[in-house]
Amino acid sequence: MGMIIDLRHVALTYQSPDGEVEALRDVSFSMEEGEFCSIVGPSGCGKSTTLSLIAGLEKLSSGSISIDGEAVSAPSPKIGLMPQRDQLFEWKNIWDNVTLGLAIRHQNTPEQQAHVRELLERYGLLGFARKRPGQLSGGMRQRCALIRTLATNPRILLLDEPFSALDYQTRLSVSADIYRIIRQEHKTALLVTHDIAEAISMSDRVITLSGRPATVKAIHDMGELRTLSPLARRDTPEFHTFFNAIWKELDINA
Amino acid sequence: MPEQMQRAPSPQRLAYLRAGRNRRRTIHTVQILLLAVLFGLWELSARLGWSDAFLVSCPSRIAATFGNLCRSGDLWLHIGTSCYETVVGFTLGTLLGTLVAVGMWWSDFVSRVLDPYLVVRNALPKTALGPIFIVWMGAGTGSIIVMTLAISLIVTILNMYMGFTSTDRNKIQLMRTLGATRSQILWMLVFPSNYPTLFNTLKVNVGLSWVGVIMGEFLVSKAGLGYLIVYGSQVFNMDLVMTSVLILAVAAVVMYQFVLWLEKILNKHWGVIL
Repeated sequence: MGMIIDLRHVALTYQSPDGEVEALRDVSFSMEEGEFCSIVGPSGCGKSTTLSLIAGLEKLSSGSISIDGEAVSAPSPKIGLMPQRDQLFEWKNIWDNVTLGLAIRHQNTPEQQAHVRELLERYGLLGFARKRPGQLSGGMRQRCALIRTLATNPRILLLDEPFSALDYQTRLSVSADIYRIIRQEHKTALLVTHDIAEAISMSDRVITLSGRPATVKAIHDMGELRTLSPLARRDTPEFHTFFNAIWKELDINA
Repeated sequence: MPEQMQRAPSPQRLAYLRAGRNRRRTIHTVQILLLAVLFGLWELSARLGWSDAFLVSCPSRIAATFGNLCRSGDLWLHIGTSCYETVVGFTLGTLLGTLVAVGMWWSDFVSRVLDPYLVVRNALPKTALGPIFIVWMGAGTGSIIVMTLAISLIVTILNMYMGFTSTDRNKIQLMRTLGATRSQILWMLVFPSNYPTLFNTLKVNVGLSWVGVIMGEFLVSKAGLGYLIVYGSQVFNMDLVMTSVLILAVAAVVMYQFVLWLEKILNKHWGVIL
C-alpha cells in the first residue's frame, strides 16, 4: 500500500546574514492513508517547520517530500492546515469564516455550501452560523477552525499545536472532540504538539524529534491503545509507559 | 443574555445608572460654565480696560465681525475654500499613502529601496517645500493641496505600512494553505485586519491636512481661513484674526467628528472589532 505522506532525508538550512542555521537534518518518516500521527520534540526544534514544509509553505534544502506520490512544491488542495490558536477572522461571522477556503478557490457553489452546512449541523454549530467568533466559547471556536479546514475537503490535515491557547480542562475535551471528528471524516492527520500526553492520547504513532538540528529520534507505535478514545487511553498503564519513554527521550536534549 | 435584560433592574443597578447620569451631567455643566466664564472674563477685561481690545479683541467684537462676514457673503467663500482644500488633500493623502504602503507590503525590495527616502522626507520640515510648490504650481489651490499632501502623505505611508506588515503571520499561512493569491491575502486579510490602523491614520490626517492647508494659505492664497488670518494680522484687524481662528476650530472639530461618525457607521455595518 502506498504512503500518502513520505519524507525522505529531509534537510533544511536557513541562510541569514549572521550565518547558517541548520533546522532539520535527515528527517525521514511516512504515513498511511487514514493514520493519525503526532510529532513531539523539545521546543524550538523545528516541529512546526516540518509541518510548513509538508504544507508547501517553505522550500526544503535537500531530500524529498511527496504527498500521494507527487513531490510537494506549493500548497496543495489535498492538504488542510489547522493553525496555532484558531485564527478565525473576528470581522467575519462563523459562516463566512468556515467558507473562507471556498471563497478563496471560487468554489462557493450550492453543493459545497450544502456540504459545509451539513458539517456545521453534524457538529452542533449550525445555530451559530450568523454569530461572530467573539461570541463563541474556546471549544466551539476550535470546532469552527476544523470545519473551515474540512470545508475544502482535504485528505490530509496538518494540526500545528491547535490547542495551545486553551486551558487544561478545555484542552482535554476539545482534543477528544477534534479527534472524534477527524476519525469520523476518515482523514489522515499529522499533529504537532509539545504536550506528550496529548500526542499519546490522540495518535496511532508518535514521532519524537531531537533538539536542533532536528532528526527523527524514535517512532512509537501506540499498538493496542489505537482502538481507545483519547480520554480512555489516559487511564491505561500503557499510557504511562509510553509517557515515560518519550519524556526520557526528550529530556536528554533539553 | 436576553433573560437578564428582561428582568427588572435591581435598586443598586438603578442607583448606579443614576449616579453615572448625574456625573455626566455635572461634567457637561462645568464644561459649559468654564467656557462662559472665559468668554465673560475676556469681554469684561476689554470693557473695563484691563486689556487692549484692539490687540486681543473680545467676544462682542468677534460676533460683530462674524455678522459682517455673513452679510457680505464672504464667510462661505472662505470656509468653503479651506474645507475644499482640506477634504481634497485629506482624501488624496490617504488614498496615495495607502497605495504606496500596499506597494511596499507587496514587494520587500520596493520597501527596502524606499526606506531611506521616507526617513529623509519624514525628518524634513515640510513647510520648507512650500515655496518650491508655489513656483512649480503657481499661487493657488493647487499648491495648497500639494502642501497638504506633503505633510500627510508620509505619515500615512509609515502608519499603514507598519499596520500591513504586522498582520498575523499564522493567518497569512492559513490563507496560503487554502490556496490564496497575494491579492486575495491583501483584500481578504490585510485590509480588513487593518481597519483600526486606517481609522487611526484618518484621525491623524484630519489634523495634519488642516495644518497643511493653513500653512499653504499663509504662504499664498486669495481666499480661505488661513488667508483671513494672515490678511487680518497684516491690516491689524485682530477681530478678524480671532473670528477666523474660532471658525477654524469649529470646522476642524466638525471634520474630526465626521471621521469618528464614519468609523462608527462602518463599524456597525461591517462589524469590525476596534
